[in-house]
Amino acid sequence: METSLVRELPAERAASAARARAVSLIGPATVAGGLIWGILQPDRLTILHPRGQGFWWLVLEPPLLVALVGALFALVVAKPLLADLEAHDAAAR
Amino acid sequence: MQPRAEMVHWGFAAGILFVGLCLLAEAIVGQEVWRMRPWRKYLWPGVAFGMGVLLWPVMAFFTNSSIHMYAHGSWAEVLMLAGGAELGLVHGRLRSPLWRLTWPLAYAVTGLAFIIHEQNAWFFARSAFLHHLLGWTFAVGGVVPLLLVWRPRSAVLQAGMAVTIVAVAVMLFADRDVAPVFGHLSPLAGPPHR
Repeated sequence: METSLVRELPAERAASAARARAVSLIGPATVAGGLIWGILQPDRLTILHPRGQGFWWLVLEPPLLVALVGALFALVVAKPLLADLEAHDAAAR
Repeated sequence: MQPRAEMVHWGFAAGILFVGLCLLAEAIVGQEVWRMRPWRKYLWPGVAFGMGVLLWPVMAFFTNSSIHMYAHGSWAEVLMLAGGAELGLVHGRLRSPLWRLTWPLAYAVTGLAFIIHEQNAWFFARSAFLHHLLGWTFAVGGVVPLLLVWRPRSAVLQAGMAVTIVAVAVMLFADRDVAPVFGHLSPLAGPPHR
């Protein structure tokens, strides 16, 4: 009789995968937070009714700033950090 | 052409949120991985130092009262001190971990300045409420960077500091010049704008 063998992941690899998942979620979660805020409070988005608005009202829109910070973090920080985390774990194996 | 005070708060909130996210990522992956690329170790201390520098023009141009000027000036000083000390530590120029005491100092000064310079009660308006809340958040949250001086590699404390910073950013994003808080707005605060 044959049985399928399931190899248990070593605890360290599982922890590393969880860390990578957590880091990769920070940016998108922040972007989502900004977008959800914009949907819940559209009056905070001057871009939806730009006519007659001053420079600062058009540049500094809190929900967009949150989404922008999340996107910046995901692209500039999280992406290379995930590559480094993978390289570090590969070297430790 | 000068932005409203609330807009300046939102701009700083964006910078503070970025620092909070970096701290959170560092807490998750650990210092060893975080510092694998040389530029990354200078990232959040550099942003913190830069925000300290940018607080000087805020102090100079938003002088609606002396006490505001002192508050913004003291934040500029302690943020530059703590950010600069952190830069020195990660670069290796500074060696004593006691330099990290600049962070609890920054929290304490910031908290006190928030609480002292807000002269209205909690439910006067949203900005008053947030000033009190921010002040107490910094005053109580200062325990975390203080403990980090002795346990610098504690992931729990690092995450605690990151969450505190993110919470501060959320509070600053919620700030409005004149707006109600939980339905309360003193008639003395003036008419709310959109």
